[in-house]
Amino acid sequence: MQKRILKFLLPVVFLLTAVLAGCGKSVASQDILTNASQTNTIIWGVKADTNLFGLMNVKKNKIEGFDVDVAKALTKQILGPSGKAKFVQVTSDTRMPLLKAGNIDAIIATMTITPERKKQVDFSDIYFKAGGSLLVKKGSKIKSVKDLKKGTKVIVVQGSTYGDNIKKAAPDTQVLQLADYAQAFTALKSGQADALSTDNGILYGMSIQDKDYVVVGGTYTNEPYGIAINKGQKPFLHTVNSALAKIKENGTYDKIAQKWFGDVPGFDVKEVK
Amino acid sequence: MFDILTNNWGLLSTGWGYTIMCSVLALIGSCVLGTLFALMEISPYKWVATIGRVYVEVVRNIPLLVITMVFYLVIPKYVVAINGFTAGTIGLTIYTSAFIAETVRAGIEAIAKGQMEGARSVGLTYSQAMTQIVFPQAIKIIIPPLGNQFINLVKNSSVLAFTSGFDLMYQGKIIASTTLDTFSSYLAVGLLYLVLTLPLSYLMRYLEKRWQTA
Repeated sequence: MQKRILKFLLPVVFLLTAVLAGCGKSVASQDILTNASQTNTIIWGVKADTNLFGLMNVKKNKIEGFDVDVAKALTKQILGPSGKAKFVQVTSDTRMPLLKAGNIDAIIATMTITPERKKQVDFSDIYFKAGGSLLVKKGSKIKSVKDLKKGTKVIVVQGSTYGDNIKKAAPDTQVLQLADYAQAFTALKSGQADALSTDNGILYGMSIQDKDYVVVGGTYTNEPYGIAINKGQKPFLHTVNSALAKIKENGTYDKIAQKWFGDVPGFDVKEVK
Repeated sequence: MFDILTNNWGLLSTGWGYTIMCSVLALIGSCVLGTLFALMEISPYKWVATIGRVYVEVVRNIPLLVITMVFYLVIPKYVVAINGFTAGTIGLTIYTSAFIAETVRAGIEAIAKGQMEGARSVGLTYSQAMTQIVFPQAIKIIIPPLGNQFINLVKNSSVLAFTSGFDLMYQGKIIASTTLDTFSSYLAVGLLYLVLTLPLSYLMRYLEKRWQTA
């Protein structure tokens, strides 16, 4: 009986695998720019757990933030005023596989440009100059990365560059990797670690949410954010780059930055542009 | 695929160690707790049986991840500081114990009532009758479904990945995000889980056969 089921199932499984593999390939290898102008839509992968950059607004059931607004502005710039931006929720963990499989056209999700990532995907020009920093409880002994000695614990998010960054900057501390920023911040609040490390922009967002937690020590790494696009999509990449230059020039970018970071103490648009 | 295994063997073997440690601890813990709650469920005292029943129904109807997160995020904040590994192992133990309790209870109840009554009538106490007459017979019925629970337990230990418990899944996620070779990373992780669960599966099958003929 079991054998018979197996005999029937195996070809089905093989067939499904073949079909799925075929689908993935054809979608990923299509020219995004042609496709986008035909459907009048660009599909962006954005974060939904990161205050100020991409955060789910539960009441409106919409993702809102700096990344989302930049993506909207770029879409309008590329496709004209009627162009539609579609948003797909990604995490640091899932964004690369989703892009490579062709589920999304581009990633604009607080993604740092690194040499390793450049081997896998292409990056646009920098759209936000971030830097690594630390978030701690108010009054904590930890004032900068130098205080992360043996016996301290630091939370980072899986798939981010901070696992490596912390190891380089503070080799003696223990690194805990958690799934997303919401969980990471909750774990910091429940005392699972002494500090949380990631890009300053994201940390400011958390600090605004809960004033008991503060960003300390300035930045200890440079984390330029870029828009990630699949390899072999040069026309789309160039279009995104020129659109980015346009919105930086015509003041749209400054307006968006002011909207999201205007309240952050010491924020200066010129430093991140 | 093989590069992933060899290049990241350090991480993977550490993860494997944590997975095995968590599984063994949770296996022992959940067997003890599970048997205890099964005995409570069939207790002749109504209130004891009710406590057992409520525990089993509540625990087995909540997702494992929720139970684990309570131990990882809530308990440290209000009660006592426990790290991700401990929180994950406790969560897994409690979750599995509810299923094991049901398995054990069903096994004991499958033994004809006459066995218990006969044992009592020749002068054995309730606990003597249970441990010497009913339980040895029930074990044979319990073993096959228990094997299922053990295999599930090993795989469910991947919940540690969500509490940064350094297990195999956790390391696999790190490797996937650093090498960006998601497919091979998870394939390697899957293989290492198989190396753990397949022998366990065969062991349970062997025990099943041996105890059946005995």
